[in-house]
Amino acid sequence: MISVYHYMILSAILFAIGSFGVLTRKNMIVIFMCIELMLNSVNLTFIALSRHLGNMDGQIFVFFVMTVAAAEAAVGLALIIAFYRNKESIEVDDFRLLKW
Amino acid sequence: MENLAQIAMESVNFQAIMPSLVLCCFGMVLLLVSVFLERGRTAPICWLSIIGLVVTGIISINGWNDPQAGFAGGVVLDNFATFFNLTCLIAAGLTILMSDSYLHREGYPVAEYYPLILFTTAGAMWMASGTDLMTIFLGLEVLSVSLYVLAGFFRGQLRSNEAGLKYFFLGAFSTGFMLYGVALLYGVTGTTKVAGIAEAIRLMPDASSNPMIIAGAILLSIGFLFKIGAAPFHMWTPDVYQGAPTPITAFMSAGPKAAAFAAFMRVTYISLDSLQVDMSAMFWVLAVLTMTIGNFVAIAQKDVKRMLAFSSISHAGYALVGMVAWNEVGFSGILFYMLVYTFMNIGAFAVLVLIGKQGEDNLTLDGMAGLGYKRPFLGVAMAIFLFSLMGLPPTAGFTGKFFIFAGALKAGYVWLAILGVLNSAVSLYYYLRVMVYMYFRDPVEDFSWVKMEMATIVSILIAIAGVLYLGVLPGPVMELAKLSIF
Amino acid sequence: MYSNLWLIPFFPLVGSIINGLFGKKIKNEKVIGGIATIAIFLSFLVSCQNFFRLLGDTEKVHQQILGSWMSIGILNVEWGFLLDPLSALMIMVVTGVGSLIHLYSIGYMHGETGFYRFFSYLNLFCFSMLMLVLGNNALVMFIGWEGVGLCSYLLIGYYFEKKSAGDAAKKAFVVNRIGDFGFLCGLFTLFWALGSKGVWTLNFVEISENAHLLQSGGLLVTVVTLCFFLGATGKSAQIPLYTWLPDAMEGPTPVSALIHAATMVTAGIYMIARMNILFAMSPTTMMVIAFVGAATALFAASIGFAQNDIKRVLAYSTVSQLGFMFMAMGVGAFTAGIFHLMTHAFFKACLFLGSGSVIHGMHHAYHHAHLHDDPQDMRNMGGLRKFMPITWITYLLSCLAIAGMPFFAGFFSKDEILWWTFASTRGSYLVWIIGTIAACMTAFYMFRSLYMTFHGEQRTDVRAKDHIPESPWVITLPLIILAGLATIAGFIGIPHAIDVAHVGNGIASFLDPVFGQAQQLHNIGIPEDLAHNVGLEIGLMCMSVVIGLIGIGGAYYMYMKKQELPAKFTGAFPGLHKAVFNKWYIDELYDFLFVNPCKKIGTFLWKGFDVCVVDGVVNGIGWVVKGLASGLRYTQSGFLHNYAMIMVVGVVVIVGYYIFG
Repeated sequence: MISVYHYMILSAILFAIGSFGVLTRKNMIVIFMCIELMLNSVNLTFIALSRHLGNMDGQIFVFFVMTVAAAEAAVGLALIIAFYRNKESIEVDDFRLLKW
Repeated sequence: MENLAQIAMESVNFQAIMPSLVLCCFGMVLLLVSVFLERGRTAPICWLSIIGLVVTGIISINGWNDPQAGFAGGVVLDNFATFFNLTCLIAAGLTILMSDSYLHREGYPVAEYYPLILFTTAGAMWMASGTDLMTIFLGLEVLSVSLYVLAGFFRGQLRSNEAGLKYFFLGAFSTGFMLYGVALLYGVTGTTKVAGIAEAIRLMPDASSNPMIIAGAILLSIGFLFKIGAAPFHMWTPDVYQGAPTPITAFMSAGPKAAAFAAFMRVTYISLDSLQVDMSAMFWVLAVLTMTIGNFVAIAQKDVKRMLAFSSISHAGYALVGMVAWNEVGFSGILFYMLVYTFMNIGAFAVLVLIGKQGEDNLTLDGMAGLGYKRPFLGVAMAIFLFSLMGLPPTAGFTGKFFIFAGALKAGYVWLAILGVLNSAVSLYYYLRVMVYMYFRDPVEDFSWVKMEMATIVSILIAIAGVLYLGVLPGPVMELAKLSIF
Repeated sequence: MYSNLWLIPFFPLVGSIINGLFGKKIKNEKVIGGIATIAIFLSFLVSCQNFFRLLGDTEKVHQQILGSWMSIGILNVEWGFLLDPLSALMIMVVTGVGSLIHLYSIGYMHGETGFYRFFSYLNLFCFSMLMLVLGNNALVMFIGWEGVGLCSYLLIGYYFEKKSAGDAAKKAFVVNRIGDFGFLCGLFTLFWALGSKGVWTLNFVEISENAHLLQSGGLLVTVVTLCFFLGATGKSAQIPLYTWLPDAMEGPTPVSALIHAATMVTAGIYMIARMNILFAMSPTTMMVIAFVGAATALFAASIGFAQNDIKRVLAYSTVSQLGFMFMAMGVGAFTAGIFHLMTHAFFKACLFLGSGSVIHGMHHAYHHAHLHDDPQDMRNMGGLRKFMPITWITYLLSCLAIAGMPFFAGFFSKDEILWWTFASTRGSYLVWIIGTIAACMTAFYMFRSLYMTFHGEQRTDVRAKDHIPESPWVITLPLIILAGLATIAGFIGIPHAIDVAHVGNGIASFLDPVFGQAQQLHNIGIPEDLAHNVGLEIGLMCMSVVIGLIGIGGAYYMYMKKQELPAKFTGAFPGLHKAVFNKWYIDELYDFLFVNPCKKIGTFLWKGFDVCVVDGVVNGIGWVVKGLASGLRYTQSGFLHNYAMIMVVGVVVIVGYYIFG
């Protein structure tokens, strides 16, 4: 029997994978995908809990999160493109102008 | 809490979201209007957005003492929200005033800039009036997404790109943590309403040892702490502040920070009231850490913008002291301090906007040499803002700090207050250094490029008036701040 | 009744604003100086009116509330003024001496660039000082406290083209801030301590009324008063925070006279006197104050021996005299301390202005002869008596006063202090001995400066020799008035023992409403048996006069009679002389102990911590994480990663602490 805990654990693992990805990957697109993974693991938690509690709030929340993630994707990709035009790179290690 | 119960709960109550609604409409109309203007003509949009802010301000003031709730308790427009709304509107107004000439000088006369500021402000107001974690989250994202764009607004400049990207990635990252916290709290309490969470936690027998509640509360706080720029979530602040266009830096350090504090206070004070002991202890450590890191690292800075970024970290630490105090004095102290900080910090940045050359490579300490004699007005203005940032009487920085520290003392946190005073003493070192360069160094340059732009001067004058008024006669505003606590 | 108190600080503020805003346009020096002088003189007139009204009044404590300043729920801070005998005396000194020094400055600053700036700052200083003195609560006092520090900073750095002036200004400000930190700590602790007893207040009258809520002699009150004392040492240049005052002599001489001799540096004394009831509650703090004061008096006097710059001699003398005042506070002789504060304001202001007159003359002569010698070096002076007779006679009278010669002002106040250190219930023989030695040294080095400057053979360069003029009347008039006061002001405090005409000790009875309560409650005073021992008191008095005479005689012998002696002495003890000449290497020690480490900590946190430690830790943890995640495949370190890493570490630590801790 798969209970809510299994979903929660799965989403926790996904969340952890996402944050490890943010911490380790170089490519900005990949980092961004990892962040999306984190957000979606949260979505999974919400849906599981919503089902478990028999309460729709969580599912509504998921829609909001998805919308926001889409908006963030648009802005984030635009920023990455602007950077690419100046530097011909999408590696995070290539910006170190602002430091110390 | 009792106030909330008395408010009629209507599902749809446009009164409750009127200020942000009006501001969003203005923003969208301005976007449309800008299409019909020729490229490079931004002045009409600038002035229209000022009008938008003023209209919104009037609507907000009209709502004073007339709390409105709506959308199934997801939004409430009470005095608390109104106070923060006005703070954010002032921040946005001062920013817009100094922006137009700046955009032209830096070669980016793009009209979308102004609607973006309006959207950011609308998001900030949304956060201040959100009583559901969902609405707070939405407000936070509206604010953040617009700010990501604004931070990277000079898309041909690598520095601005970098600022935008760093802000974006770290911001989205922290959003992930915050959402996870919301999900956990939702799982335990079955609701995302601020008041509902409070109710559920209160009914739980051992709430402060329930790992899901604790983890949820902390992860939720992370999102706010990130926006505030509290250590150890402050790492983005200096880089982003340095790289972003200067008016945006000014705005970021005041408006969004105030909004984050607003939502943070509402959530902690109402929802997490049962966890007061644990949360206060956490804030104690973070407040000290934030003040100390901000102040100490600022000492080693040569770039004035970056120095002010570290200083803004330390000021977030002072404001956190009010959260530690967890009483009405401390909380109303934060309200007051955010307003004070808006005036003094934006004022200081406005001076920097004026004295910068194109590209702003001269905003270093050496670049300030002799400013006080070459440009007496700017020198005096900067001196007033720096005194206020130092916390010297009779400027607003002093009354604001005193207000907050009095709250901490009332709650018995003597050591915290003393550490705060010690930090103020340290901060003197780097603020004073700017003064020394302005007044005790012979001018290297003649500042002939400085154009005394009328609009920027107006924003500096408003900021000076605010700093002095809140320093000498803060009574009425303090009274308002006290009336604004839920 | 006392509703015009607010005018006292108001006039200088207006003067400062007028000169600050329009001074550059006015240009005319007479108008600028006139505005400033009239502003402070008007305050003086209002002060006089209030002072004499208070003299004839039976009710001695009056408050004027202008309005609310801050209201923060638990506490209402007002814009309010407090007039009691203590503040009445202080406003008389500040506005009186202030007026004279403003007048003097018109002559002294003649032709300086930024003339208007100078007078604007000077007025602003008077405003701040009057706020400090008149404030009815600790926060209004703090405004003044910070304000005088700021003005002192601006005025020390007046000649900012000189690097030394800028450095001195900065030093003064930073050291003062250390003191301010102490003040604020004391303030907050007191606020909390009284608040936890249910009284949230910062009003001085209410503090005095509620002080009994704190445990007398307890740890809390000792901590509070020690913090306040730290504040006082910063402002009043006591060990360990005295080093800024001698450097502050980089400012124009009238500034040294007004700020660094007569008024601002006495703020610490005033603050202790204002809160005497708290200090009386802590014998430990009082003892610390007495010993710090005594040590400073002795130490600074010893440095004064070897200085050749006339203003520096006076600066160390000021530090030393302030030490005497602290000694008085420490043994409970509050009245004597305030009395000495007043007489010191007169004679030291006169000495500084006299030195200014000399410097003015020397400068004029050098200018005339196109020389660039140091006009402040006493080795270039000598025999100026015949060129500047008025300056000489006033300087002489003030030297007699500071040396404590009978019936000059300093005689009464200093002897009162020494008598209390000897006889008071809080006194100590050790303090008395140190004080007596310091008094002897004072007489010595003051007369040394007198002889080197005005007597003997003239050592000025021959080309400049005959062009030293006496100063104009705006300079000499204040000198004459101050010298007159230095001569006669002592008679308001005739000690009981020699009060043959039974006029009574005027100042003691005047100040009694302020200090009497604390002294009675905590048993501070002269014990009965000693109080009536007239012989002993007169004996001690004679002894200190003799000791003063020894000092004067020594100076006469070494610097008039046998002028080769100082050189011989220096030759015999080269190490000692060098150490004294270099001010016992205190500045170097401070640089070594505090300034350099602070700089290093800043750089360390920035470079070392941010770059090495954080990167190191982050890379370390990142390495483990990566090892888990992708099998040690990628090694990378970009800043974005570091930032994200620190956030994660923060989250993990906090959550971990609360869930598992």
